[in-house]
Formats: sequence, structure tokens, C-alpha cells
Amino acid sequence: MSGQRVLVKGVEAIALGALEGGCECYFGYPITPQNEIPEIMSVELPKRGGVFLQAESETSAINMVLGASAVGARVMTSSSSPGISLMSEGFSYLIALELPCVIVNVMRGGPGLGGIEVSQGDYFQAVKAPGHGDGKFLVFAPYSCEEAYELTAKAFELADLYRNPVLILSDAILGQMKEPLTLEPLNIRKIPKDDWALTGAKGRPSRVIKSLFLDSAELAERNLRLKRKYQEMEREIRFEWIGEGSERVIAVAFGSMARITKEAVLWLRKMGYDVGFFRPITLFPFPKRVLREIAEKGNPKVFLVFELNLGQMIEDVVISLSGLGKAISIPYPPSVLPFPEDIEKEILKWLNFSPFQGA
Amino acid sequence: MAQLFTFPRSLKSNLFHYCPGCHHSIIHRILCEVIDELGIRERTVGIASIGCACFLYFYIDVDIVEAPHGRSCSTATGIKRARPDLVVFTYQGDGDFSAIGLGDSLHSASRGEKITAIMINNTVYGMTGGQVSPTTLLNQKTTTTPEGRRPDRDGYPLKVAEILAGFEGVAFCARTAVNTPKRVLESKRILRRAFEVQLEERGFSYVEFLSACPVNWKMDPIKANWHVNTLTEVFPLGILKG
Repeated sequence: MSGQRVLVKGVEAIALGALEGGCECYFGYPITPQNEIPEIMSVELPKRGGVFLQAESETSAINMVLGASAVGARVMTSSSSPGISLMSEGFSYLIALELPCVIVNVMRGGPGLGGIEVSQGDYFQAVKAPGHGDGKFLVFAPYSCEEAYELTAKAFELADLYRNPVLILSDAILGQMKEPLTLEPLNIRKIPKDDWALTGAKGRPSRVIKSLFLDSAELAERNLRLKRKYQEMEREIRFEWIGEGSERVIAVAFGSMARITKEAVLWLRKMGYDVGFFRPITLFPFPKRVLREIAEKGNPKVFLVFELNLGQMIEDVVISLSGLGKAISIPYPPSVLPFPEDIEKEILKWLNFSPFQGA
Repeated sequence: MAQLFTFPRSLKSNLFHYCPGCHHSIIHRILCEVIDELGIRERTVGIASIGCACFLYFYIDVDIVEAPHGRSCSTATGIKRARPDLVVFTYQGDGDFSAIGLGDSLHSASRGEKITAIMINNTVYGMTGGQVSPTTLLNQKTTTTPEGRRPDRDGYPLKVAEILAGFEGVAFCARTAVNTPKRVLESKRILRRAFEVQLEERGFSYVEFLSACPVNWKMDPIKANWHVNTLTEVFPLGILKG
């Protein structure tokens, strides 16, 4: 398939990326809008000597992932918002057990059963608390089919490298829209697992992969070690920035919302307006330092944070700015999808009104 | 000269943390003897579950991974599917296997996963202090059925082995006990058969051990040991399938 030009949906790009990333096992449970992923994996993995199994629930699926990861397999699951909630206990264990895996959340509207239309309502869940007890995922938010393909493939390498789950946070629009994609070979590295995977205690002492530490000093030390790992993950920070730093208004968005926002910003810039665009690609770790540096340049700035939720990433933007400039949340509830023109209006409103005048 | 008795290779020399009169330590030992006799220690992975035996890895000298409460059979499924050459067993209590994890247990069995599931049935939640479990006997007092289990409120004892025996994916299903020397020897033969069924790739194998919990039954160890005979009236011993 290498070098082949294909027209695919976002979820298909994710499945193809997983195969390129060396995925050996897939365990999952059907839920809209991501069913193409298990359907593709059920055909493609057995052809490659891999394993596909549809579990009886998301809770089972994530614990099958746990088992396969513990014995050293490259393994993934995919789901959508309600299913992701069901997996969250398993997420916490995977983080605590330092077991690599790739998880895909093709977000839909919530809370509850919500809907199957687009939403970015799981931002907090993805970046703040995927499960109980202080654990973190490395979180990528692609905004195109090409990026979905590349980031999913890369996620397998990084999961193994950090021995931590990597989450691909997608959504119903990105999942279901079709775009051309060139299937470039991505040279995803294999990371040796000989020093920790459970392979049977042959020629070495037996191994234990566990998360129970009743000795409080041991548990505290372990958590601090995990924190150092999350800090190391800052090496993986990715973002897109359009601007010179002199702009007075910066539009911030991720995923599908960034597609719409970027179009509006590019048009306004072409028209000569003083507006920039910032798109975090890693949502955890969040590109805080870069955003702060942008805020430090030139004029005092208004950061307009466009999200398909009630305002979640805005909090990370506020933390990043730490008092510099002004962050404004422009939230859109599930299923309410703005046109680029709506975004343009919002930006123009803030270009015409400076909260810093007279300051 | 024939060696009649030895310390199992697969058993670590750590002191058991189990309460006096608990049957876990006996079952651990025969499990280790079976692993040794089958020569599978170096390709076995065990699943430590949530309950009194969550410290399985202190005692059994094989590779072990800890699973969330109730999910052991799913974790075992992931392991066996990813690495079919490994011998995989779970070691779960009645709360883990038959309450919170019943879905995982039944579906793994129904799929005929080539794993060996061991359920230790002591009719209570041991580690959390003796609450009612699906296998608690009628009229049995627990900390959450202080006046005894009442069917109109708490339902009936769940007979897991009888359910599993009806599954096409289950190749071996047995219930046993270790409260007499004879039963210990018979239990070992049964457990060995369960692992052999896995090695023969015939399907899911299940062994349920009736086990004493003197502390939560509020009995001395000797009385608790013989009380296991009362359990057999509701949970009959024997090989139900295979």
C-alpha cells in the first residue's frame, strides 16, 4: 500500500495508521461513530498474523488490551465517549502498570447517551483525568485524515517508548469526513520490551506487573516517578502556529474546530486583519510555554478559544497565559457547528474592541 | 531412593499472610505442584485478582500481572490471544469471578478461551470484612446481611460451576474442596486436568474450590474447616464437565 493515494474517512485513516504503526492486537466494542475501525481491523489484522477480538463490553475490551500489553504486544482499542467512560478504570490501571497501548476516542455529544454528532466534550476527561488517581495519557488531537494516519502510527512507538497509553482524541466530523491521504511509510521504531514484558520466567527471575503499593513511601515515590515521565513527554509537544507575534487577536482551537477556525483566520489575514492562529496538536502535555511566549510578544493579546463544548481547553489556555493577555471562551454545545463566517464575526468583534484600551 | 516430599519449585518461601485456617495456602501449594509437575513454570503467566489473593505474586514464582476487580478472565484473554504459547491462569474469589466479573467470566468461557480459571468460593467478601457475596448461603450471616441472607431481599446462592458446565466453550468444569487430605489429593488431580485441557487447546477450563473463611464466618479454624461440608450441600463437589 506504501505511497498509495487513497480517499478515506478519518476513522479509516486511524485504522491504516495503526497498521502502519505495527499494531498486532485490537480489542473493542461497537459504538458509533467509530465502527469502521474495528471493521477494518477485523479484516486486516488476521491477514498480518495479528489478533482481532470483539469483546462483550468496553470494560472487557480495555482489560484484554491490558493483558496483551503485559505480554509485550502492540495493542489498541477504539471507542466513542460513553464507551471511553466505561474504560476509564482500565485506563487508570494501564497508566499505573506502565503498560503501553493506543486508545482512540472518536468523540460524540454528551453527557449521557448524548448524540452521535460532533463534540469535543471529552477534553477534560482526556487530558485531566482519564481514570482515577492522578494518571495521565499522552494525548494527540489530529485535525485531518493525514494527521490522523501519522499520529496514530507514531502513537504506537511513543506508547512503547514511555510505557504509557497514548490517546488519539478525534471527533465525529474528523472521523466521518473523507479526504485524500498518501500512505507514506513512516519508519515507526520498534522499542525493545525484553526488560519488562511477561514472557514466562525462563532464564530470569519471575516478573510482577502490579499497581498495589501498600507501603505509602513506595506509592509516593512511584507517583513522583510517573510525574517525571509526564514531564519527559513534553519532548513530544506539537502545535501549529500561524502568525508573527504582533497580532492582537489569536484564535485557538484543536481538532475539527481548528479546521473551521483556521479557514476563518487565513481569510481574515488575507484581508489584512491582525489575527493569528494557534492549534495544540498535543493536548497533554499542553504547549503552555509556546503559548506564553506568543503572549509575551508585541501587543497585549486577546486569545479566543473556540471549542465544540462548553469551554474546557480555555482553562489550559488561561493557565498557559498566567495573567498575560486575555482569554475568552467561545463555546459551541454538541451538534452546533459554526461556519467559518461565524468565527470571522467573533474575531472581528474582538479586533474592533480592545479590552486593553486605556490600560 | 524415591523423593516423597519436597518444596515446590514454583512456590516462593514467603510466609503466607492468610488468616489461620484459610484454605488459600493449601490451594496455592497444589497449584504450584501442578505447575511443577507439568513443567510449565517458565511459560506460565498468572493473573492476580482483587481479593485476599491479590498478593498471589508473593507466593507463586511465575510471571504475574494484576487485573482490575473482576476483569481477570478478560486480561487472561488478552494474554492468551496475543501469545498463545503461554499457559495462562486466573486466581479469583467468588466476589471477583461471580459478582463484579461475571460478565467477563461467562463470555470468556463462552468463547472457549484456552485459559484456566480458578475460583475460590468462600461465600463472602473476605478482604473487605465479610460482606454478602453471590455465593453466600441462605440464612448465612454476613456484615451486610446481619440477620442472614434472605432470598426475598438478597436472592439465592449463585451456582457458577453449574452454569459454566452448560457452555459449549467450556471443556472442563469442576468443583472441589481441600478440607480433608483425600480432597486435597483429589483437588490436585482436578487442577492438573484443568491445566492439561488448556495445554491440549480444548477450551476454557474452570476449577472452583470451596474454601474456609474462619474470620468472616466467625468460627475457629477447625469448625470452619468442617463447615465446608455444609457448603457442599448447596455446591456439590465433582467434575461437572470434561
